[in-house]
Amino acid sequence: MSYNRRKFLKGTAAVGAASAVSFPHLWMKDASLAHAAAGEIKIGVLYSLTGTTAIIETSLNQATILAIEEINAAGGINGMKIVPVIEDPASDPATFAQKARKLVVGDKCVSVFGSYTSASRKAVLPVFEKYNNLYWYPTLYEGRECSKNVIYTGAVPNQQQKDFVPWLVKNFGKKFYLIGSNYIYPKEENNVCKILLKRLGGEVVGEEYVPLGHSEFAAVINKFKETQPNVIFSTVVGDSVVALHRQYKAAGLDPKKMPMASLTTSEEEIAAMGGEFAAGHFTSAPYFMSYDSPENHKFVEAFQKRWGKGKTTNFVSEPAYFQVYLFKQAVEKLGKTEFTPPAIRVASWNQEFKAPEGLVKISAQNSHTYLWPKIGEAQTSGQFKIIEQSKEWVEPLPYWAYPGQVCTPDGLVQKKT
Amino acid sequence: MSVIIPQLSVGLSIASILLIVALGLAIIYGTMGVINLAHGEFVMLGAYAVWFLQTYLGIGLIACLLLVFAFVGGVGWLVERLLIRHLYKRPLDTILATWGVGVILQQTIRLSVGPELRYVKMPDFLTSSVHFFGYEESAYRIFIFVLAVALVLITYFLFFRTEFGLRLRAVTQNPEIARCFGINAGLTYSLTFAYGAGLAGIAGSLVSPLKSVSPDMGTPYVVDAFLVVVVGGVQSLLGTVASSYLIGQVSGVLAFISNDTMAKALVFFGVVVLIRLFPRGLFAMRVRRS
Repeated sequence: MSYNRRKFLKGTAAVGAASAVSFPHLWMKDASLAHAAAGEIKIGVLYSLTGTTAIIETSLNQATILAIEEINAAGGINGMKIVPVIEDPASDPATFAQKARKLVVGDKCVSVFGSYTSASRKAVLPVFEKYNNLYWYPTLYEGRECSKNVIYTGAVPNQQQKDFVPWLVKNFGKKFYLIGSNYIYPKEENNVCKILLKRLGGEVVGEEYVPLGHSEFAAVINKFKETQPNVIFSTVVGDSVVALHRQYKAAGLDPKKMPMASLTTSEEEIAAMGGEFAAGHFTSAPYFMSYDSPENHKFVEAFQKRWGKGKTTNFVSEPAYFQVYLFKQAVEKLGKTEFTPPAIRVASWNQEFKAPEGLVKISAQNSHTYLWPKIGEAQTSGQFKIIEQSKEWVEPLPYWAYPGQVCTPDGLVQKKT
Repeated sequence: MSVIIPQLSVGLSIASILLIVALGLAIIYGTMGVINLAHGEFVMLGAYAVWFLQTYLGIGLIACLLLVFAFVGGVGWLVERLLIRHLYKRPLDTILATWGVGVILQQTIRLSVGPELRYVKMPDFLTSSVHFFGYEESAYRIFIFVLAVALVLITYFLFFRTEFGLRLRAVTQNPEIARCFGINAGLTYSLTFAYGAGLAGIAGSLVSPLKSVSPDMGTPYVVDAFLVVVVGGVQSLLGTVASSYLIGQVSGVLAFISNDTMAKALVFFGVVVLIRLFPRGLFAMRVRRS
């Protein structure tokens, strides 16, 4: 086909017209901030329903929808109903960014609830910062972040480990073997763990990272046998959790002498690996499904009624649930029918809510949440027996391991020493 | 001595898992020249078949093995009959086609069964550990090792001591001449593909109690299987055995010295160097290909 100038001009014009039509916000002057109007509050729900992390993110989606339905049934917020816009980013950070842009710019949501992996949160961050929107992130993470466009309702390392590591040292001993998946979350958690151990006179006999999804732990277990740690501090995630626990037990190791202490093993992973492989190991988290409080019983009952009798709630789906209520309280406080995401952020500070785990509060200092850490021992039944719980809520300090930095309402501040 | 036994044990264990996964692929690639990228998904199907039989019909793992072999072999048969047989003259297209089959199988399982990790129970008599030479090894891993050896022996017997094996070897060397001798090449190919798929299914069911069962568990296995086949040399059973042992033992030792991430990287690097020096694998057969 000979390509002449006329064909070229026609083709370019066609492509240009097509893109202008399909991406109208490119040339629309009114790229105004999202705001609520017309008696309904649009919010985005951005959890993967397909892909590798769908296993856990589906439960986050379900917890969010449950909360929205409960709030709407009770009359909505200031008489306005919440309208969820649900997107499936398919466990791919690039798709997360694309869907986030659609929710913020196209659907004009006033807030978006989403993300499980840190990779997906980092991918959507630029969208929320550029359009000054608000992202509610429910998952426990490594800290070290201080965005003015995110509200963090998951635990940060100081909350996970402040009571856990001393308890482990006291009950089992000072030699720790650190094993994690090879990405930022385990590395930051191990960083905090090492600092705590040093203060307690503990010793790190091994530190190692396996590829994500790795399932062959024969060599690692041999190293456990050789170095004989008192505690195996595990931050592996996903499939690796199941494989590690099963191979640990198959190799004849004893959780009474060398327990695995994890920040990531939840009721979901125990269901996948089988109760007898999980029994005797420990997890630190602000929430366990077995926690005995009236709010939690109500939550579990409602969740199972809505989504199925055999479903479990876990320490990621519980924050996904209560963060919607905190959102509701923040918007109620504004009392108007038009409001912007930055206004919601300010209104959310110091909001308290009786969550299934206890009374939680959003910190006005760093937009993270005061939580109640607990230590659970896994049982063969698949549930956790809560051995220790925090007597009061623990303040979130996302930069605890970095004394020169502090998160303030205006962003990260480097302290001049 | 105290270091060698554990290392040997780890190496043999990793090697036996590699071997049972790679054996099916080696057969399919070696005899038919088909690059079956759906091999990992056949492994995954085997794991799900065992989960299903265990959870809904209460059949134990060992009793399941033959059923799983038949089921995944049947799936392999269908794939060969409907798709692969049209692509024998187009090896590059088989890559795309089998990759597509793999994706379809993965998503079918995900949509029908769900993406959650599934639980397969180990047989009770194998859950303990066995002591030997002052070292404790999981009984189940020993079981896998024994089964790997058994499967290799069965395959050897099938290929070199039966009529079917004779026909298969004839068809592998030269399909046209074999047809002139009255051998039904199409049927032979279908049966071979089904056998390779069935082996993958058995591998999946054996691996599932030790690791986890999820729709995307297959992909790492097909990568490892290809490493084994490429290093060992096409069409060589001995090559497959030797290279799975080599890769397994080296992985185990490197993982012990440093860590698993480094081990994986170094193994890949080693394989690349090995292929540069021995382009046709360690045990390449000298065959005149028409």
